[in-house]
Amino acid sequence: MVDRRAPPRRLLEREGAFSWVMLAPGVLFLLAFVAYPFFYGIYLSLQERQVAKAGVFVGLANFVTLFHDGVFWQVARNTFLYTIVTTVLKLLGGLAMALVMNQAFRGRNLARAFLLLPFIVPTILSTVAWMWIFDPTFSVINWTLVHTGVFSQGFSWLGNATLAMVAIIIVNTWRGIPFYGITLLAGLQTISPDLYEAAAIDGATVNQRFWHVTMPIIKPILVIVTMFSIIFTFSDFQIVYALTHGGPANATQVFVTYAFDLGMSAGQLGMGAAVALTMLPALILLIIGLTFYLRRE
Amino acid sequence: MVGGRQLGTRMLRLYLPLAACLILMLFPFYWMLITSIKPNRELYSQKVMPLIVHQPTLQHYIDLLTETNFLTWTYNTMLVAVITTAVSLVLGTMMAYPLARMKFPGAAVVAIGVAATYLVPQPLLFIPMADIINRLNLGNTLTAVMLTYPTLLIPFVAWLLMGYFKSVPKELEEAARIDGASRFQAMVRIVLPLCTPGLLSAGIFAFTLAQNEFLYALIFLAKSDVRTVPVGAITELIRGDVFYWGQLMAAALLGSVPVAIIYSFFVDYYVAGLTAGSVKS
Repeated sequence: MVDRRAPPRRLLEREGAFSWVMLAPGVLFLLAFVAYPFFYGIYLSLQERQVAKAGVFVGLANFVTLFHDGVFWQVARNTFLYTIVTTVLKLLGGLAMALVMNQAFRGRNLARAFLLLPFIVPTILSTVAWMWIFDPTFSVINWTLVHTGVFSQGFSWLGNATLAMVAIIIVNTWRGIPFYGITLLAGLQTISPDLYEAAAIDGATVNQRFWHVTMPIIKPILVIVTMFSIIFTFSDFQIVYALTHGGPANATQVFVTYAFDLGMSAGQLGMGAAVALTMLPALILLIIGLTFYLRRE
Repeated sequence: MVGGRQLGTRMLRLYLPLAACLILMLFPFYWMLITSIKPNRELYSQKVMPLIVHQPTLQHYIDLLTETNFLTWTYNTMLVAVITTAVSLVLGTMMAYPLARMKFPGAAVVAIGVAATYLVPQPLLFIPMADIINRLNLGNTLTAVMLTYPTLLIPFVAWLLMGYFKSVPKELEEAARIDGASRFQAMVRIVLPLCTPGLLSAGIFAFTLAQNEFLYALIFLAKSDVRTVPVGAITELIRGDVFYWGQLMAAALLGSVPVAIIYSFFVDYYVAGLTAGSVKS
């Protein structure tokens, strides 16, 4: 059969040519606005650079300054604490939510829709509600604690170093639980009831059924959801910025808010870029781990 | 009584924990709502019982709509979200299609690149990006966010759609090509219609992500009339130490409405999108 189409069209019928024509716009865009800024960020981190001024190349001086800076290590500790504690809480809370929701009842879809709301509403806007919940004078938590007689006086939630950390952990957990809960629920729903029946007939207890039937099946989802969540919690900005701005006295300062303070508020682009880049090793480890896991599955 | 014990276990295993989940997850929204309709004398009184509204008022909504740029912010947010979602859907589809269905040199590199750009978070890029936007003279323009949001959305859309595209049997496309359809026609007329649920999921997800974006908007949009709702609310309804709580809550509630409406119509697609990334891949 003779192909009568014009040559450029015929070329487009080849897999390679067609693929690259389709890919080109997206690839070029991502090269220009992701790859280029990424490498430009590395270049910036090697400079002493103020906004609207020319940069001076200083080698690794910014990183040396950071590693001798007590605040930087506090920021690192805060970020790891925040990420680890919220991840454990979200995992347990999400699993509990999924197990509760995996029972048959009327209105389950409606309940699922409502439970996912914290995850879909713009984070900053829901954090505004939490700011008022944690208000030093008019906190509803304090009101409840005082009026039920648990404490005689309320707490300054965002003014105390420990409580401020507790507050950002609560809000992050609140926002993240539905993500775990609803994805794990989807995993639970792929488990055939026959498996449970078979296990029950074999005399497995509820506990054994959970660990030997449920867990092996949802484990891949559990791992992937957790890895995603860790990556995004580790680089969280919105909740901390809105609730505490990293305060009091850097008690809740995390990598991204610190990079923002140095790079944007103080206008030290070089230092800010350096702080952001210090997140890279941990992120690369996570991403490689996730990629390997996905490949193996 | 028959079933009494059953009801008891169901109470303990289903209704009580379910109620606890719902209350914990929804209380902040309830709090948002009632704060937004409380008069100031109730808001700022420690004597009034705060869990209910005694004398509801719409004053905060009226103030928000007449005294601030809230409507402009809403317009900006919607405009940016719609345009960036549309652009990202088109470019993301164009990337996902060959990656999912074709063999060509460089496919593996591009696929890894897409995954990496999805996972490398925005916080690594915002400082260099701020400098780039400055040098392009795009500060305080919506163009700045329209250019940067797709960097977050395209990799996500492409990744999500690859799963859907892979699920369409190759034979369908081949049959269409034997009947004389070009590759492009086979894609647009055969594969894409079959993947409508995937496209909807990706679109809704991208739209909510665009509405949720805060960091770029905060950095690039420093003038009131170009701001988006999250940035406008947090920078202009909090002035120094003065918080306009009623208006803040009204803004938070109204700002959540567009996402909530779209979400309520397509909740199944949203959940499918949420789980596709983790369950299907």
